[in-house]
Amino acid sequence: MIRKISLSIILFLFSVVLAFAQQNKDHSGHNHAKGDHSGHTHAKGDHSGHNHAKGDHSGHNHAKGDHSGHNHAKGDHSGHNHAKGGHSGSHDAHANACGYVFDNSVFNPGKVAFHHISDQNIYSIGPWHFPLPCIPYAVGKGFDFFSSSKFAADSHGNATKAYNGYVVYEGAIRRVRNADAFPKGSVDLGHHNVYTETEKDSKGKDKAVVVACYNGQKFQFDDKSTADFGLFGGGFTSFYDFSITKNVFTMILICLLLGMLFIGIARKYKNNPGKAPSGTQGFMETMFVFIQDEVCKPFLGHKWEKYTPFLMCLFFFILALNLFGQIPFFGGSNVTGNLAVTAVLAVFAFFVVNFSGNGDYWKHIFWMPGIPAWVKVIVTPVEFIGLFIKPITLMLRLFGNITAGHMVIVIFVGLIFIFGENGANAGAAWGTSIASVALTLFMMAIELLVAFLQAFVFTILVASYIGAATEEHHAH
Amino acid sequence: MILLETLNFSPIKPDVGLLLWTSIIFGLFWLLVGKFAFGPIRDALKKRSTDIQDALDQAEKAKEEMANMKAENEKILGEARAERALIMKEAKETKEEIIKEARNTANAEANKILANAKVEINNQKKSAINEVKNMTGQMAIEIAEKVLRKDLSGNTEQNSLVDNLVNELNLN
Repeated sequence: MIRKISLSIILFLFSVVLAFAQQNKDHSGHNHAKGDHSGHTHAKGDHSGHNHAKGDHSGHNHAKGDHSGHNHAKGDHSGHNHAKGGHSGSHDAHANACGYVFDNSVFNPGKVAFHHISDQNIYSIGPWHFPLPCIPYAVGKGFDFFSSSKFAADSHGNATKAYNGYVVYEGAIRRVRNADAFPKGSVDLGHHNVYTETEKDSKGKDKAVVVACYNGQKFQFDDKSTADFGLFGGGFTSFYDFSITKNVFTMILICLLLGMLFIGIARKYKNNPGKAPSGTQGFMETMFVFIQDEVCKPFLGHKWEKYTPFLMCLFFFILALNLFGQIPFFGGSNVTGNLAVTAVLAVFAFFVVNFSGNGDYWKHIFWMPGIPAWVKVIVTPVEFIGLFIKPITLMLRLFGNITAGHMVIVIFVGLIFIFGENGANAGAAWGTSIASVALTLFMMAIELLVAFLQAFVFTILVASYIGAATEEHHAH
Repeated sequence: MILLETLNFSPIKPDVGLLLWTSIIFGLFWLLVGKFAFGPIRDALKKRSTDIQDALDQAEKAKEEMANMKAENEKILGEARAERALIMKEAKETKEEIIKEARNTANAEANKILANAKVEINNQKKSAINEVKNMTGQMAIEIAEKVLRKDLSGNTEQNSLVDNLVNELNLN
């Protein structure tokens, strides 16, 4: 039975990886050799996607119907200096009106990995995009409220339309810097006109900035504000994003499901008192009792009852989100692998721990009894820093473990494209996919373990911190 | 360019909106699910485990009580047995006493009857002797009369007559 199940899982994964490979192959270069010009309809004179009809076409004489230089159907690229060379394949790599060359022929595993684990304003399941509500707040301008379908994002999550000065790049919302010069409302940008460029930041370092090419003019866009204070390359910008993003949506969904599940179970206990548990109730009771007996009671002593709901919430919230993030091709929500989420959980833990702290706890931090005064001078700052180190380690541990797991899986799948030379070498892609499936399967099994382990570790550490804060010291 | 995009690693940059939403969602989750699900489940499980413990304790107690009761029964039974033995013994003693008394009474009565009988016999004997004495006297008188009346011819006849008379006397 188990062998059958694992065999079918392997087959499923294999087919999924191949489907993924096929999809990516289609993207590379957009297969213009096949005559599919959706979005690149040069032959019909509609140049909205490439802005050729309007303004400055130096070097690209597209003037009305003259497509001699862009005869993609025939594979004639002689008129286009792609600056890459050696790409005899079918990709379409001509410069847009702002001089940007879209080139999808090089597979960048790091970028793909980050893209897949990032929070986004679009919920993508396979080729389908589900719009999410966007609620950006521009400083001094106020809130906006619209659906992310306004961006008509392409398969990479890049906008083909701007809305009220906002676009999405790699699925994340950005706001135009020069808002007065950029038109309000819906603006058609076309494909491959939202991309990144390098600029110097205030310290003279190179920094990637999102730009959109509109009307032959480049507009720079701000990333959303992040609360890292510039530590990880973010910081406060001209707007805040309070959208229901993929992660927010997933959290709401998971909380509703967990709420329904556990309130249903609680009702079952209430309605059938003195009856043996059955079904889901029995399954969940096992986990509940495990956490209660292995985490709450040993660490919290006689105060276990007070903290049990909080610890259960932490455990099941983290566990459910860890597991949900591992469902392949179900949007791949990387919620617990996002620092914002783990930071909030750590902050909750921090407040619960320190609000429960008794006199002994604070005395041990600020004036450790039983040691000489000069040692106290050293110990007190260490203990004080420790107050904050504890939640920070909680935050980083969960974030690191989950993110690393997701990234490793994406990179294992990415091996197919690296060795398969992004679709050019089908034999190598097939060969690698066998190894890739095996590695991915192994990694998924590990991640399943990690999902439980990290939820458990987070909970048990919070319990131990609460236990230390509420412990009554009798004698030294 | 590629490197820069690689460095644009968004999960490590805590998005303000996500921070806010996570706080709201987890806060509500803690408040509602903690209060209406985990709290009641904890209480129900605790109640159940106390109930089970109580039931076990009670069973243990009942067992102990049963043992106590058995011991008591045994004791009562022993006492009853002892009492029965005592009663039996007493009854036996009483019986023997009664028998002894009865025997003594009977003996005394018998002796008395015997004594009475002896006295009666003696009386009877005396009166009989008296009667015999009286009759012997009378008979001697009668015999003397007859002897006197008859004419005695010979000695032989005389002797046979005396012998006859004596025999007659002895027979009486």
